[in-house]
Amino acid sequence: MDATYTSLAHFAQTGGLLYFMAIFAGVVIYACWPSNSKRFDDASQVPLREDD
Amino acid sequence: MYQGRGILPPIELPSGSPIRMSLFTLYGANIMGERKVRYLSLEEGGFSLLLLAIAIFCLVIAGKTWDQVLAFHTALIALASLAGIFYIFRRYFDGNNTPAPLEINGKPNYNMGPVKFTTWASVFWGIAGFLVGVIIASQLAFPALNFDLPWINFGRLRPLHTSAVIFAFGGNVLIATSFYVVQRTCQARLPGAIAPWFVVLGYNLFIVVAGTGYLLGVTQGKEYAEPEWYADWLLTVVWVGYLLTFLGVIWRRKESHIYVANWFYLAFIVTIAVLHLFNNASLPVSIYSTKSYIVWSGVQDAMVQWWYGHNAVGFFLTAGFLAIMYYFIPKRAERPVYSYRLSIVHFWALIFLYIWAGPHHLHYTSLPQWASTLGMTFSIILWMPSWGGMINGLMTLSGAWDKLRTDPVLRMMVVSVAFYGMATFEGPLMSIRAVNGLSHYTDWTIGHVHAGALGWVGYISFGALYCLVPWLYNKKSLYSLRLVNWHFWVSTMGIVFYICSMWVSGIMQGLMWRAYDSLGFLEYSFIDTVDAMYPFYVMRAFGGLLFLAGALIMVYNLVMTVRVGEELESDAAGQPALAPAE
Repeated sequence: MDATYTSLAHFAQTGGLLYFMAIFAGVVIYACWPSNSKRFDDASQVPLREDD
Repeated sequence: MYQGRGILPPIELPSGSPIRMSLFTLYGANIMGERKVRYLSLEEGGFSLLLLAIAIFCLVIAGKTWDQVLAFHTALIALASLAGIFYIFRRYFDGNNTPAPLEINGKPNYNMGPVKFTTWASVFWGIAGFLVGVIIASQLAFPALNFDLPWINFGRLRPLHTSAVIFAFGGNVLIATSFYVVQRTCQARLPGAIAPWFVVLGYNLFIVVAGTGYLLGVTQGKEYAEPEWYADWLLTVVWVGYLLTFLGVIWRRKESHIYVANWFYLAFIVTIAVLHLFNNASLPVSIYSTKSYIVWSGVQDAMVQWWYGHNAVGFFLTAGFLAIMYYFIPKRAERPVYSYRLSIVHFWALIFLYIWAGPHHLHYTSLPQWASTLGMTFSIILWMPSWGGMINGLMTLSGAWDKLRTDPVLRMMVVSVAFYGMATFEGPLMSIRAVNGLSHYTDWTIGHVHAGALGWVGYISFGALYCLVPWLYNKKSLYSLRLVNWHFWVSTMGIVFYICSMWVSGIMQGLMWRAYDSLGFLEYSFIDTVDAMYPFYVMRAFGGLLFLAGALIMVYNLVMTVRVGEELESDAAGQPALAPAE
């Protein structure tokens, strides 16, 4: 029982760390990818150009 | 002549038949040149059947139940459903049911009727909720105000206050702004004619059922999830409609990119649906009883409750209102958001972290310590996305800070973001176990919640309402910016009174509870602490009164904007810049 708990906790801790770091890295890379910058600049104008 | 987009060809009907209807066509077709044959659309037929099913289900319960409150509520829901069917068919027989064109002169033909309705609903519920808040604050200071009446005692009015301000005021602001923002940023009309009205009217019916239930003593006893099973079912049906209507606009969008505000709205809608289903997985003791029990019990129930409770803060009161920030601040400042990249990182970081923070509500309970440590850790990590979002909102004004001096509406929204920063700094601090040992169950928590609720949620909502009403009614500007200034300063004074008195009261209360004398006995009895808090309760009630007064100034300003505000000139095509649908 205790061994199961420890091994599960170990797996969850390291797995969780890797999982969140990987997601965070992925999001940052996606957000900062140079070829996306034009698209994002364009998207930021969406609320301002919708009129008329 | 508008040709509807349908999935089936029009069906030839015998001429002379008074009612030509088919539930399976989406067509409004022109037969023989002048005579229009109207069909009941799939949407109208579907909603009629759904409402009929709800009405029959509720009428059976109303007739057979021994519980008077349930009889009242089911009769109310049945009446509302029948009124909905009546409305659909009156519209049909009057010939008003031809689908509205999606575009007029190449411009999207937005459906702003439901937005207007929820805007005024939020104003109404806001005043009601703030007023009940002032009443219960006064009851704490002067217990005689309970009048020994069960219906208006503190225990029943308190959930009425929290639900009225969070779900009725906040919820209607979120529905109004989400339907406005998603249509404008997608350049597309809300789908359907009945669905948006089903969502906004159904949601407000849920509010009425929940609120009257509290006064009549019906509650699950779970904070922010007090409505009983039948109200929960009603909300579930309405919420599915909300999700589908919102997705429908995104589906038919003209703008290829989905603007970041819509991401936050979508996260809010989806997550609230999931939380609501899990936290209300309860079985009624009988279909004819208001009482229900959750399928899991004990610490599991507590954990699910606070997983729900904290994410009601994270996704209802944060993600939804961040969506308002990402649309209304750039719009009002006439500048794009400071960093769109940061907004993407903000979004994903916020939603991935918030969902884990709930256990910090259960420190020093039977919840395993590792679980509450987990919640505490994620709460502290949340500092980063919260402050990232705050910086993004504030820095949108870089180069336009002078507008804070001239535009009190923008000032209100910027102060709101500052309060967001303050509350999201304080929250993680209070989630630390050692700090929580002092702060939990004291007025410090109440002060913290109101820094977020009055400062962040209240001010960003007021800012959005001040923007929305002139836009919706095609007015040049608000009736009076001076009155906005008054609202701002009166309310800000109110918030300062409120949170400062609660900080002092809460920390004093926590310290008194843990004070021991030299012999190891508790120094104060519980009633000593209550007595010591009296002056702070009075100050808090006064702060709440100021906040309510500020909101009443807003109501006057908004009503006068609609009644006497100067019309915006029409553009060259003779079309108002913002053509309402009906």
